[in-house]
Amino acid sequence: MTAALRFDPIRLPEKCEQLRKEVRAFLAEEIAAGTFDPHKPNREDTDAPEFSRRVGAKGWLGMTWPKKYGGPERSFLERYVVTEEMRVANAPTRRFFVADRQSGPVLLKYAPEHIKMEILPRICRGEICFAIGMSEPNSGSDLFAAKTRATKTDGGYLINGTKIWTSSAHIADYMIAIFRTSPPTKENRRHGLTQFLVKMKQPGIKVNPIGQITGQYEFNEVVFTDFFVPDDHVLGEVDGAWKQATSELAYERSGPERFLETYYVLTELVRAVGPNPDTRSAEGIGRLVAQLHTMRRMSVSVAGMLEAGKEPVVEASIVKDIGTVWEQQLPHRVRDLAAFVEETATNRETLERQLDFAIKTAPKLTIQGGTTEVLRGIIARGLGLR
Amino acid sequence: MAESDNIVVETAEKIFADLADPQTINNDKKGAWQAPLWQALSEAGLPLSWVPDDLGGSGASLADGFALLNAAGRFAVAVPLAETMLAGWLLAQAKIASPEGEMTVLPASPKDRITLDADGLLSGRTRGVPFAKTAKHFAVLARGKDGVSVALVDAAKARIEAGLNVGYDHSDTVTLDKVQPVALKAAPKGLDQTTMMLMGGVARSLQIAGALESMLDISVRYSNERVAFEKKISKFQAVQHNLARLAGESAAALAAATSAADAIASARAFDDEVYLEAASAKIRCAEAAEKGGAIAHQVHGAIGFTMEHILHRYSLRALAWRDDFGSESHWAVELGKLVANRGADELWPLVASR
Repeated sequence: MTAALRFDPIRLPEKCEQLRKEVRAFLAEEIAAGTFDPHKPNREDTDAPEFSRRVGAKGWLGMTWPKKYGGPERSFLERYVVTEEMRVANAPTRRFFVADRQSGPVLLKYAPEHIKMEILPRICRGEICFAIGMSEPNSGSDLFAAKTRATKTDGGYLINGTKIWTSSAHIADYMIAIFRTSPPTKENRRHGLTQFLVKMKQPGIKVNPIGQITGQYEFNEVVFTDFFVPDDHVLGEVDGAWKQATSELAYERSGPERFLETYYVLTELVRAVGPNPDTRSAEGIGRLVAQLHTMRRMSVSVAGMLEAGKEPVVEASIVKDIGTVWEQQLPHRVRDLAAFVEETATNRETLERQLDFAIKTAPKLTIQGGTTEVLRGIIARGLGLR
Repeated sequence: MAESDNIVVETAEKIFADLADPQTINNDKKGAWQAPLWQALSEAGLPLSWVPDDLGGSGASLADGFALLNAAGRFAVAVPLAETMLAGWLLAQAKIASPEGEMTVLPASPKDRITLDADGLLSGRTRGVPFAKTAKHFAVLARGKDGVSVALVDAAKARIEAGLNVGYDHSDTVTLDKVQPVALKAAPKGLDQTTMMLMGGVARSLQIAGALESMLDISVRYSNERVAFEKKISKFQAVQHNLARLAGESAAALAAATSAADAIASARAFDDEVYLEAASAKIRCAEAAEKGGAIAHQVHGAIGFTMEHILHRYSLRALAWRDDFGSESHWAVELGKLVANRGADELWPLVASR
């Protein structure tokens, strides 16, 4: 009778709580050793290759993957716990996160066996970094407008064109990208795109960093000029990438990274307010915590659906829509409440520094990984409106 | 809490569908639908779901009872089902048997108090009591010098000033002036007014979530029927995006409410984690009632603003339910204090505790 979407109240099993303790202990050691400062958001372009290797050595990368590819065959819920603890601690995850969340699963599904054997264990060891080449100039969320051409040649394809907004391309070892192998057909404008594994740092690729309003250089323009990709680097069906891209997005859209990117300002606000808050601060904090808690319950629930082998595309879109709108508003709500914080609060400077960065970060949160408008279109489709 | 695999919910939904169809109720201005509905619910043992067999109830689990309240919310039924269930639950905590007929609980607000004097008499004034006017008995949580007690009170012994909430349902002021209870027992350890407010708050959260599910349903249906500017309005992107937001609010409310219900149903005690769940549910569901209800009305245009249309049965009740057992402002302040008191470094461990 109902169009409503149900998010069952999944509880994390005991083994997750044990793992959480291990992750917290590991992060505490890393912080003590000076690898990163949990009170400083990822302001600089923290590469942290050694940190990645140590995370890999713990068995916390490619956690759900088969043992023969270097994965420990653990559950999505265990992976979830590792992700949220890393995120909350402000750990430098950029180098491995895309490979772990997205690129690895794509390779698992679509790459030829010898490529899987070559690359997946290296991801699990934290040795290599991935970028995702989807957006192009004049085609961001409109994936199917991509124009960068892959032209068939002897033994492979020649790539010509430009990808843009490509996070981590400047440090990436590989990119998984979609290129146009055929024009779209009249019946299907999604036809004609193919997914490729691209080895970076080769002749024919030029990576140009793009400055962000946060002051960081995280994403890039990537220009391909007669760049050669061998045949065995085609991932899945030629001209059929559109079928592959949508299920990939469920992984990208519902994780804890979709509502925790500005979380640090809330912790620091609670610290600044102290144990006996005034009514207004208490109310503000209470509302924010209630919203955070609700989103986490929804996000954990989607992780449970993934664990059960479902493809919760609409549910994941709802989590990302609500989650990113929330994490975008969070620094502004914390700023409202910070106006009442005592001048003498011990962490006042930290809070102000964090707010400065979070407010600059906020505008991108509802854009990256699928804009709010695109997500609402997916939800509307799920409601049977289109 | 899927509708299909729960016999309590199935029974209730059948009764609601037969006897509490929103359009029938809406057209029946004199309330003649109420008696047969209550009788059917009572015959099925639903109002005393949370009362064990030996105390006169049907002994359903907490989880089944919560699912039943969610179903009641989907039909926005205006009979004291939730109130009687809560009253039965409260009485059962102190091993007091439940009588037949409609009940409600006192107090219904965290700020009001009922006190027990040395002679065993109850006094106090409490506002916003749902269905006090139609209740035969009150289940009362009272404070005395020896601690917390639970009492069963004959409603005829109380002074009741009738009122209506924003959804046109009874929300009355009840005054007890040295009233002798029918039964009185000490509350078990751990049961206090906060516990009762959290229970009531979660009950209301599930009802709000249910009402939002129905608002989403009828809004989607209406958008697929209504034509404007030569198109179904469901084809306009602005309308689609509004409905997507309504779906998000409905989903968030349901997730928060069912998670809190699950937490209470499986809890050993009302600890900080249960407190987080229950308070968050009331806060988030109240916010969803405001945002979601506004969208449902927007989609329906002027037609949804009429008394003839069923939308107000859901939207106004969802708004009214925000006020019972502590508003979202109340719980936000309390939750904020709890979080601040535990300290910044304990916030994430609390949120990530399950």
